[in-house]
This record gives sequence, C-alpha cells and structure tokens, in this order.
Amino acid sequence: MSDPDEPVEPGGERRPRVFLVDDHHLFRAGVRAELGDAVRVVGEADEVAAAVELIRERQPDVVLLDVHLPDGGGQAVIEAVRTSHPDIRFLALSVSDAPEDVIAVIRAGARGYVTKAISGIELIDAVRRVAEGDAVFSPRLAGFVLDAYAGMPDVQRPTSVDPELDQLSSREREVLRLIARGYTYKEIARELSISTKTVESHVSAVLRKLQLSTRHQLTYWATERRLV
Amino acid sequence: MVTPPEGRDHRGISDPVDSLVPAPDTGPERAPGPKEASPGSFGPPAGPGPDGWAPPRGPWTNPGWHSARWRHLGRRVRRGPWRRSREDRLLGGVAGGLSRRLGIDVSVVRVGLVLLALAGGFGAGAYFVAWLLMPMEGEATSIASRAATDRRGLVLALALLPVAVGTVVVGAALHVGFLSSFAWPFFVGVGALVLIWRNCDAEERGWLRQVAEPVVQLQSKSERRWRALLVRFGAGFVLLAIGVAVLVIGHPSEAVLRPVGGAFLVIAAFVVLFGPWWLRLARDLVAERQARARAEDRADMAARVHDSVLQTLAMIQRSSDQPQRVVQLARAQERELRAWLFEGALPGTVGEGAPSLAAGVQQIAREAEDAHGVSVDVVTVGDCPLDDRLRALLGAAREATVNSAKWSGAPVVSLFAEVEPGRVSIFVRDRGRGFDLDEVAEDRRGIAESICARVLRQGGRATVRTSPGEGTEVEISVSRPKERT
Repeated sequence: MSDPDEPVEPGGERRPRVFLVDDHHLFRAGVRAELGDAVRVVGEADEVAAAVELIRERQPDVVLLDVHLPDGGGQAVIEAVRTSHPDIRFLALSVSDAPEDVIAVIRAGARGYVTKAISGIELIDAVRRVAEGDAVFSPRLAGFVLDAYAGMPDVQRPTSVDPELDQLSSREREVLRLIARGYTYKEIARELSISTKTVESHVSAVLRKLQLSTRHQLTYWATERRLV
Repeated sequence: MVTPPEGRDHRGISDPVDSLVPAPDTGPERAPGPKEASPGSFGPPAGPGPDGWAPPRGPWTNPGWHSARWRHLGRRVRRGPWRRSREDRLLGGVAGGLSRRLGIDVSVVRVGLVLLALAGGFGAGAYFVAWLLMPMEGEATSIASRAATDRRGLVLALALLPVAVGTVVVGAALHVGFLSSFAWPFFVGVGALVLIWRNCDAEERGWLRQVAEPVVQLQSKSERRWRALLVRFGAGFVLLAIGVAVLVIGHPSEAVLRPVGGAFLVIAAFVVLFGPWWLRLARDLVAERQARARAEDRADMAARVHDSVLQTLAMIQRSSDQPQRVVQLARAQERELRAWLFEGALPGTVGEGAPSLAAGVQQIAREAEDAHGVSVDVVTVGDCPLDDRLRALLGAAREATVNSAKWSGAPVVSLFAEVEPGRVSIFVRDRGRGFDLDEVAEDRRGIAESICARVLRQGGRATVRTSPGEGTEVEISVSRPKERT
C-alpha cells in the first residue's frame, strides 16, 4: 500500500513507537531489521500474556501483531489491551491465508492487515498510517472483505440492528476492488477522481463496518469457512 | 481435506522422511556385506540432498516417494540370499521371503504351504525348518546358527524323537497310515519351533508371543481366564480324543455315519482349540491393515513435505547469492503449501486441469512465477466451477500475466479475480514500463488479440489500459449464466 514516490523518512516527525508480538524469534528480528530507524521498537513479546503485560507497561503507538499466536492468537492480545488502553493501535501481520482468522482479528479491533511478504518500505508506511489512525488494507484483506460481504441479497437481513453497517456502499466496494487489484490509495484517488483523504475515509468506513457490524452472515461466513 | 497439522511437532516428520530412502540392508535386493554405493534401478534417485538439484519444473517431480510407496509391492525376482520377510509376515515371514526370492505372489506361496501341510504334513515341517535356517531380512545369521550352541534346546528337540517314533509305531500297529506320515513333519516342526523360541532375538520372541498369546493367554493373570482356558482345553481334548478314537477304531465296513461323526468331532475340536486364536488373528489383521493405512498416510505426507518444503529449502540454500531466485522459490513454495493446508489441494495436482476458477488463477500465478521470476500477488473473491467461457477467460488472463511478467520489468504483478452473480472479471496489473496503445507495433498486435479476441469470442469484454511509464492493466470479463452461483 505504499507509494514509492513518498519520502520514507519525513524529517523532524516523531517516530512511531512500535511493539512486536510474534512467536517466531527469527521473524521478530527480521521485522526489527526492516523497520530500521524509521520507527522506535519499544519492546517485543512471543506470547499472549507477556505481550499484554508489556504493552500496558510501555504503551506503544502501534503493536505489530501476529495473527497466529499460541493461547488465543492476536485476537486475545487486542481484546485484553483495548479495554484499558483504547488508544493503542494494532496492525495484524500474518502468513496465514485463512480468511476467518484475519477477519476475526480485524473485528477484534486491529486497524489493518498486511502479509508477511510485505517489503520493508511498505511495512514502515503501513505502520505510519496506522499510527495516524488510518486503516491499512492489503490487497488480500480487501479480497477477504469483498468475499465476506459478497453474494448476500439485501432482503435476507431483517434482524440487523443497523442495516447501514451490514452492507458496503458501491463506492466502498469500488475502493476495495481497486485495492485488491493492487492500486495504492493515490492511484485509487486518481482513478475515481477523488482525494486521497476520501479514499482513506472510505477504507476507514469499511473497517468500522467490519468491526461494528452485527451481521450474522459475517460470523456465519467465518464458521463456514472454517469447516471447509 | 488435509487437516492443518497445527501444534504438530514438525520435527517428528523427519523419521519417515529418512526411511524413504531405503537403508542399504532392508531387502533381499541387495547383497549382504559392505554397503553398496549404487542403490540400483529399484531404489529412488539420490534424493534432494545438497547434491541434488531439483528438475526445472519444480519440486514435485522427484519420484522418490513413489518407490517408498510401492517398494513392498514391487516383488521382482532378485538373485541374492534367502531371507525371511519382515513386512509380509503371518508367522515367521518364510512365505514372504520365498515369494520375493522366487517372484511368486505371497498368497500363492501360502496356499501352497498349507496344501503341503495338509497333504502328509510336509509343508508344516518344512516351514519351521526354513524359519530356523533362513536369516531375517537385514540380518546375516539364521536362528539355526545360534541354536547350534544351545545344548539344552537341542536336547529338548531331540527328546521329541522317541515321542515321534512312538507315535509312528502306534500308528503302524493300529494300521493308521496317516498318523505316521503326519508324525514326522509334526515333530520336526515342533522341534524346530522349540529351537526358534529359545534362540530367536527379543523382537522375534515378542512377535511369537503376540501370535501365540490368544491360544494360551500368557498375559492374563486372572483366575477366571485360567479356568476358561482349562475348560476350553479340556473340552477340546475330549472332543479330539473321541473324534480320533471314532476315526481310528471305526472299521471301514461299518456304518458310514461313524467316520463322518468322527471327522465332525475333530473339526469341532479344532474350532474349540483354535477358534479364539483365529478370531484374534482376523481382528489383528484388520487392525494391522488400518495401522498400515495410517502409516502410509503419514509416509505420504512426509514424502510430500520432503519433496516440497525440504527440496525448496535445499534449493534456497544453493541459491542464497540470488535474492530474486530465493524469493521466487519461497513464494512458489508458500503458495503450494497453503493450497495444500487450507484448500486441500494436493501439491502438484492443482495444475492438472484446475477444478475451479480460483485454482486456475493460482495456477497461472504459479506458472508465471516459476517461468519468469516475478512475484504474482493473487487475490480472488468468490469461486465457481470452470466452463468453456471461463477457460477462455483464464487463457487470456494467463497471456496477460505472462506478458506483464516478461515485458513490464516490474517485480510484482497483481492478479485479481472476482466472481459476481452475473459476471466473472480478472484484472492483471503491473507497475512496469507500460506502452503507448496507439503505437503498438504490428508484431505486438497479435498478443493483444490473443487476449482480447479470445474473450470477445465468448461474448466477454477486454480492456487494456496503459501508457508509457504508467504500467499496464488488462481487464477481462465474461458474463455468467444466472442460474446458480
């Protein structure tokens, strides 16, 4: 999701404080190296309990969180921290393709999802965006979300509390499709003749819907996927 | 579908992997003595070790696991020493060994032995003697070589001689020919069995105990079991005695009923004596078959991991000076592994006539990655079975992807496929050098046509958006019949 034209290191700006949670030591070391000086890594942990304790203590801006952790996964970390520190932001990071796990972490409160194949520059950019409160959608996450919201005729949702939350607007779908096609926010803005800020707000809206929707199909979809 | 092996210790897999390469001493196909360097035509190739570059089409073409799978089926005639079989084994593995050495099916050998045993008892005696004389597969010495120094055992075996002679004499006195003809093989067999029991190694003794256990129930300590055993044996022997007596004393001129009754009693005696054993044997055979199926599954899985992940890791180690190649290998492997774990697609099988659109798109990505060393980011939304239209769509998408991989110079190609109720679309995008559509050279028009015309023929749409320095995006789509998603 990065734009190679953007400067990597805006001088003078405060570097985001980042905390790493991943059960693979090697991977944490790799991420640390890739993030380099662009961020301040204030700590790392390899399991849920230690992560929750350290995150509460160090209060980072962004937690880079593995989706798959023993004892409850990234989801458990988010749920434990969010109640006491709602301002700490989470960015999920995973090699897993299993959509239900990713969606579960997003619904728990992560501000985005990137795959571990992401390049260092893109990762730094993603961390910045999340630190600023934006959402970060990788093409894969966009695909998952489109999939989760796809093929559901509107009439089938009479039980919903807020119908607004249960469907994506056509503009939001368009934005997600472009993300899935590999467009950056800037390219999307140009394609749709809107501002980058508007693209960001669309993505944030999708994220909000994803997190707040009570649509039972979303849950159903997840369970169904798990069974396959 | 394959269950994702979560929480599984992957190191546990290494055992069967090792065992896939036949050890030098696991079969009659090798001569004993010093280890041979060449595994011969029967064994797998050298394997994926650090000295084995995989064939260019990817890591799945190594036939190593085939031989592991079929090894025990490939019973060819092999010159070599006589050895008892470890795998094909009901008692001593003699039949299995003979079948291997002679190239005859093991069942045929078994039936032959049983017939020989029934006709004069020769088969049974010969069987136990062969058990004594033939070394076990992978061993150099037979039980007999150890039995030669077992004086007590030899004395015990020789003690059977008077009994045998006595039986023959009694048989002759009673004019029962078959008794003497059966007596010799029987006592030879029993003698051999005594020596086997006393001189075999711990492993084989365990096996013998397991085979004999249901008959004598060595393990059970409870009194009830003992009483049941006594009753069973008592009844069996009484029936046997009456049966034999009726058979032996019965004069040929007397009623036909008596010999028949005698035969019936003998059979009843055998059923009572050996019934539980046969039942247990049958049950064990079923259990063994299940265990073997599980072991084969495990070996199969190990073989796949072996041929995929381990191969790729070996190749990555060799390519560590070419980052692009390492990334390409890792990505291709990741894709394959993921398809296996999450979609149940067996590695290497997705390619052969992809079953669905999403699988087809994955296949295109994999091929492009393998052939051109680019990364292809695949995102699919929805899925559906393939028909002619969608195959044309996939063909065009492949063309577009390969074009991007070949000409754009971009390291990453994005491939996005979406299945909607009435339409299927695929987008192929790169951020490479792009080109001017109006100035497409004559020779490149053909390429555009092989993308566009293909889709247009199926009533679809194709759009190419590009300009120099801006990259290229090809959008192709076909409509779908509404009937069913």
